[in-house]
Amino acid sequence: MSTDTQSRHALSQHLKRLEAESIGIIREVAAEFRNPVMLYSIGKDSGVMLHLAIKAFYPSKPPFPLLHIDTGWKFRDMIRHRDWVAQRYGVKLLVYTNPEGVARGINPITSGSQLHTQVMKTEALKQALDKWEFDAAFGGARRDEEKSRAKERIFSFRSAGHVWDPRNQRPELWNLYNTRIAKGETIRVFPLSNWTELDIWQYTRAEEIPVVPLYFAAPRPVVERNGLLVMRDDDRMPLEPGEAEQVRMVRFRSLGCYPLSAAIESQATSLDEIIEEMLIARTSERSGRLIDSDEAASMEKKKREGYF
Amino acid sequence: MTAYAHDQVAVSSGGRGGPEKGLLRFLTCGSVDDGKSTLIGRLLYDTKLILEDQLAALERDSRKHGTTGEDIDFALLVDGLEAEREQGITIDVAYRFFSTPRRAFIVADTPGHEQYTRNMATGASNSHAAVILIDARKGVLTQTRRHSYICSLLGIRHVVLAVNKIDLVDFSGERFHHIVGDYLGFAQALSFSAITPIPVSARYGDNVTIRSERMRWYEGPTLIEHLEDLDATEGLEGKPFRFPVQWVNRPNLDFRGFSGTVASGVVRPGDRVVVAASGRDTKVARIVTADGDLPEARAGDAVTLTLADEVDVARGDMIAEPQARPEVVDQFAAQVLWMIEEPMLPGRSYLMRIGTKYVPARVTSLKHKTDVNTLEHMAAKTLGLNEIGLCNLSTATPVAFDPYAENRETGAFVLIDRFTNATAGAGMITFGLRRATNIHRQALLVDKAARTRLNGHGPAVLWFTGLSGSGKSTIANIVERELHAHGAHTYMLDGDNVRHGLNRDLGFTDADRVENIRRVGEVARLFVDAGAIVLCSFISPFRAERRMVRELVSEGEFIEIHVDTPLEICKQRDPKGLYARALEGKIKNFTGIDSPYEAPESAEVVVHTGEGSAEDAAQRIIEALKERHIIG
Repeated sequence: MSTDTQSRHALSQHLKRLEAESIGIIREVAAEFRNPVMLYSIGKDSGVMLHLAIKAFYPSKPPFPLLHIDTGWKFRDMIRHRDWVAQRYGVKLLVYTNPEGVARGINPITSGSQLHTQVMKTEALKQALDKWEFDAAFGGARRDEEKSRAKERIFSFRSAGHVWDPRNQRPELWNLYNTRIAKGETIRVFPLSNWTELDIWQYTRAEEIPVVPLYFAAPRPVVERNGLLVMRDDDRMPLEPGEAEQVRMVRFRSLGCYPLSAAIESQATSLDEIIEEMLIARTSERSGRLIDSDEAASMEKKKREGYF
Repeated sequence: MTAYAHDQVAVSSGGRGGPEKGLLRFLTCGSVDDGKSTLIGRLLYDTKLILEDQLAALERDSRKHGTTGEDIDFALLVDGLEAEREQGITIDVAYRFFSTPRRAFIVADTPGHEQYTRNMATGASNSHAAVILIDARKGVLTQTRRHSYICSLLGIRHVVLAVNKIDLVDFSGERFHHIVGDYLGFAQALSFSAITPIPVSARYGDNVTIRSERMRWYEGPTLIEHLEDLDATEGLEGKPFRFPVQWVNRPNLDFRGFSGTVASGVVRPGDRVVVAASGRDTKVARIVTADGDLPEARAGDAVTLTLADEVDVARGDMIAEPQARPEVVDQFAAQVLWMIEEPMLPGRSYLMRIGTKYVPARVTSLKHKTDVNTLEHMAAKTLGLNEIGLCNLSTATPVAFDPYAENRETGAFVLIDRFTNATAGAGMITFGLRRATNIHRQALLVDKAARTRLNGHGPAVLWFTGLSGSGKSTIANIVERELHAHGAHTYMLDGDNVRHGLNRDLGFTDADRVENIRRVGEVARLFVDAGAIVLCSFISPFRAERRMVRELVSEGEFIEIHVDTPLEICKQRDPKGLYARALEGKIKNFTGIDSPYEAPESAEVVVHTGEGSAEDAAQRIIEALKERHIIG
């Protein structure tokens, strides 16, 4: 956003191309849809996506609001970051929580991760899209993240009821996106489809995009559970027999609801160190996401039901 | 070997290790038997893209299911696809990512069988290069030719001929050169600018990322070296400037910019440009981005241009170089690949997306289709799923384009089904048709409005649609009698009568039905232009064609009347004895029997003749015309 050309020069050819492609996709949605929205999940990918939206429409503001689906179990640092970001960029932020889920007391600890995700994320998202009658929704998903995401279109069609049919997707040739839908149907748009995790971090560094401090290593209270390090962000998470809270130097590669996102031990306290660490990392990014391994083909199933 | 490859990547953190090149997108063509999965697995493995958790699983699976003894079976990496195939799910394009210190790559992994031509074309449309696999034992096969043809049709210029399983022919240089000779002989007819043959063993890694010690006769690059060096720009920067306007950027009254991505060429502030469709010329004032104004923008850059003069520019327009303008015509020839089950019908209206513009378009004629295996041309009336044909197309308004062979960014389009919104076809323009450029409409001194004033009533098309025997003609006759009594100028176009004259050359296939309605629509338009109320009584079973006629006339002039009589009643009435003959199989393609009728979704008037007399129905139609102020 600054006129200082230093950050621009830091972009490699590769990142410049990715940036231009994403900007083209984001503009396309603004031009073709009546009422689009950008899903903002507060994580590093959302941060890049929002930054690209700001760049895409400059000197105008993005002609759509941000939407955060708040499960009530996000890290406190994430909520602080969200509100600060909306203010910093001057964009409208909508926050939605599934009221039925709250009334039923759904939570990730006693309800289980599967029910919690279904009610507080997937259902909540569908309710929010219906409530505001959004016809297109941006998501920050990338094809390199997960098997079923590798087959996702950039403009991904959802029939009425938000159903994704992976067997019956529109072929997507060149950059000639088919944006046509009938009433009640929607499109999910993924401007970061062709980015990798490394691209996201290198771009975040080059463009100096603010990220949630939880991505950087710091001493934090964690519990070791099923071989994963789970952070106790507040005392809603009870300890099981034999468990003890300990302070370790940890950070997160991926952020979700706090009891469902595992931390990794790390000394990386800067973007440079995060990138360095990534280059020698030997496990995949979502290995710390507890919801992915709920059952076989877990992500595809959730996506069919309307999850992002 | 593995350690070497991993060390090589470990130094990549700063991007040191050679000149950094932009992203390369390529596709792999070949069947599983050729070792395509193994090759992709090998590339991912050698460039460290397989992670520890995945590798452990792979080693376990290799021992259990693999076909490679103690070695890792890389083909198991793409097992996801195999499972899909077994379950009979449509095989899709999967995108895989890897990088070396010098370059990042996206591989479009596409299935090779003929029934997946559409998927392969999708992968090819966004690729700069293709790796075509050949099994060294088998040589050039039919599928090699098919894959090469599709790559060439989609405009891929760089082909790598990966002669795989070279270990199984004893690393024979003679065998390799024989295959290469065969291929070059065949590929001369295609439009590749570079063909690079490389002998590889995907299974053992020879010449994939590591130079083979076992083929000293081969002096060329390894596969990965070649892909790292390949020029992916397609020369787009050297082509004439093209800028499809995507979005008008208007934050306040003082700023009016045009946002979009430069399709080709280079532009600088001060350059003269034209709006292709209107021919209006002006200069570029500024190139605006969030990082500040730029001194120039090149092909691929997403920017916002401001212009020196207030010219009329909207989304869908193309800003171009004045000395080298794109063609602007409403008729052109194109290669079309069909991608849905429902066949492409000449005459039917589709929605064309070209650049940032949507425009209604019809295929006016199908010159021939091409057998993707033999490249032979065959006469055809329609195109089915995965078929490719050379078509003439006509658009509702002129579009700006360059031939696809000259510019992939501005010469491609997709066709969208207007009812399901499915992406139905992909097209590559070969050339504009001159006749559209040279025939200009004659401006007339007396127009429709003047004729309407003289007539004392508005013009309209009363379109009666319904099954054979539903009572369309009976009702239409009464309506015409009533209108005549009102002093209105009327004319009746009846389905049977028209088929005796204007449309005597047409039969009852879907394609002929579409053309039948198109011609009737054009005639109806002339009558409307003359100020008349024209009554058209046609079964017209397809929504697409009724909509096509609706769009020929002005808003409010098309009155669709659905004569909604149940099939059972029509069969009982059977005034012409046609149902009886159709049921005996003596008439083919009879609507309601062995050909579908698509009922209108929002007709202006619906009459149920089962419930009232034809006179009542006619009266309701007259009332509807009064409500719309077509008659007084």
